[in-house]
Amino acid sequence: MPIGLVLRRLAWAAPTLVGVLVVVFSLLRLAPGDPVAMMIGPGATQDDIRTLRALYGLDRSLPEQFALYARDVLAGDLGRSISLKENVGSLVAERLPMTLELAALALLVATAMGLVAALAAALWRGRWPERAIDAVTGFVTAIPDFLWALAGILAFGVLLPVLPVFGLLDADLAFTASSGFVVLESLARGRLDVTASALEHLLMPALALALPLAAMVARVLKASLLDAMAQDWATIARVKGFSRRQVLLRHALRNALSPALTLTGVQLTFLIGGTVLIERIFGLPGIGSMAIDAVINRDLPLIQGIVLTFAALFVVVNLLVDLANAWLDPRQRSR
Amino acid sequence: MSLSPRAWFGIAVSLLLAACAVGAPWLAPHDPLEQDLLASSLPPAWAADGEARFLFGTDSLGRDILSRLVWGARPALIVAVAGALLAGVVGTFLGLAAGFFGGWWDAVVSRLVDVWMSFPAVLLAIVLVAVIGTGLWSVVIAIALIDWTRFARVVRAEAMQQSRLNYVVAARTIGLSRAATLAREVLPNVLPLLLTLVTLEMGIAVVVEAILSFVGLSVSSDMPTWGGLIQEGRLYVNQTPWLLGLPVVALALAVLGFNALGDGLRESLDPVVAR
Repeated sequence: MPIGLVLRRLAWAAPTLVGVLVVVFSLLRLAPGDPVAMMIGPGATQDDIRTLRALYGLDRSLPEQFALYARDVLAGDLGRSISLKENVGSLVAERLPMTLELAALALLVATAMGLVAALAAALWRGRWPERAIDAVTGFVTAIPDFLWALAGILAFGVLLPVLPVFGLLDADLAFTASSGFVVLESLARGRLDVTASALEHLLMPALALALPLAAMVARVLKASLLDAMAQDWATIARVKGFSRRQVLLRHALRNALSPALTLTGVQLTFLIGGTVLIERIFGLPGIGSMAIDAVINRDLPLIQGIVLTFAALFVVVNLLVDLANAWLDPRQRSR
Repeated sequence: MSLSPRAWFGIAVSLLLAACAVGAPWLAPHDPLEQDLLASSLPPAWAADGEARFLFGTDSLGRDILSRLVWGARPALIVAVAGALLAGVVGTFLGLAAGFFGGWWDAVVSRLVDVWMSFPAVLLAIVLVAVIGTGLWSVVIAIALIDWTRFARVVRAEAMQQSRLNYVVAARTIGLSRAATLAREVLPNVLPLLLTLVTLEMGIAVVVEAILSFVGLSVSSDMPTWGGLIQEGRLYVNQTPWLLGLPVVALALAVLGFNALGDGLRESLDPVVAR
């Protein structure tokens, strides 16, 4: 991959990150209410309040506060949580791995489901499986992940109780992942009972996140598969005696993947954003559920840290998706 | 011009929702806040131990769920209409300016959209409401502040395309200023697109309102909202699953209805699709 392209994309991402920093900073300065007044008990003296304001830098001018804030963030210091009395950076580092595992699992489920549905629809084109898949994908895309999560809880947690609907692990399992990646670390340490329990707990949240994306992937991939199958080379392959399934799997699929991959990349950030609410609904201890608690507790440094983490994650994901696209599709490299 | 069955479904759902929102005091069989502890956690009337006077059952405080659902249509519809319109106005203004004027307008708006899209929408909504304060109008403002980008992106592309067409050149030639051309000539041409976008946005706005009440950041808890019902339902899902199921169905119906209405409008307003 040409290094110039990488640099260009990086140069494009940098101002966005600065903008994000400005928005995060100003958003919470606009919040009514004095965060210090909420931190401190009613018996505090004026001196106590002044000391605390100085400690958080709240006694300086806004530009000064922003400069200090930007300097700290760039140095990796996200400040101290007011409600949890801990370093925001380490709180985020503790919680982020679970969110990443959930998002990765959801991405895996979404692409697998989308791929299978698209191939099935293209293979049985014009017959009832295609019509059924079209109808289902249309319906699935229209309903947001929030409602799929709740419907999943009702269906597989209550009516047909086969899956757990709260928490990350069974209560009787004692396991602390020092890296935070419970699934990966339990796998590496050979605690397969923990892996199984975690996957069981993550399955429904991941499905809820995955469903809308899976339906979109299915629709786009099916369209480009049918396009590919209408090309001359596909007809020639059929004339040479290859079955429709062989042409579809061996030739058409590879040619049709690019638009679906682009879509997956674009939608990946929505999927990551969806974890905030999904974690809340399923009681999962990720960064998203911590974000909602932080808002309810009006914990400004923690909110800032989490919003910033998500934004940075989005910018990085978009960057990687762009680069992956350029790498996969030679036509984009020259641009 | 004939409407598709999907469009009729959208119209029917929208009318039903509007009827509930406007006529809640007359349609709801009970006071939505009235507690009847002797009749708490009743299942819907068709279940074995349901009671006929509570068609959809009651919650843990003995409040009638049907009445709460009907009253919940009111905040849902207010947020859907007002939120979508406000987001539409802000996004259209910026999108038109960026697409038609180009130059630094385009640079600023495009960059703003980029920055905005770097935040997860749900998180942004929650943080915004925490900043502006809770309440129905805060939710409306939050929705406009988050989802203006949807309008800005589409309208920008459309305005760019339109600005190269002959009618724009003609309007400029007869002496209309750029702003007047934009307002009098280009805007009417993007209106059908806007109408569709607003309808689709209504589906999104209802869900955002439900999410915010689910998290406890929308209107005060004594006013019945679908999200509030969902939150109670999630809490007692094993005891009273219908308390979760019914508002989920109501919300899904509203989303599907607004989507169908948007698609139906696009089909009948867009001459290319309508053929």
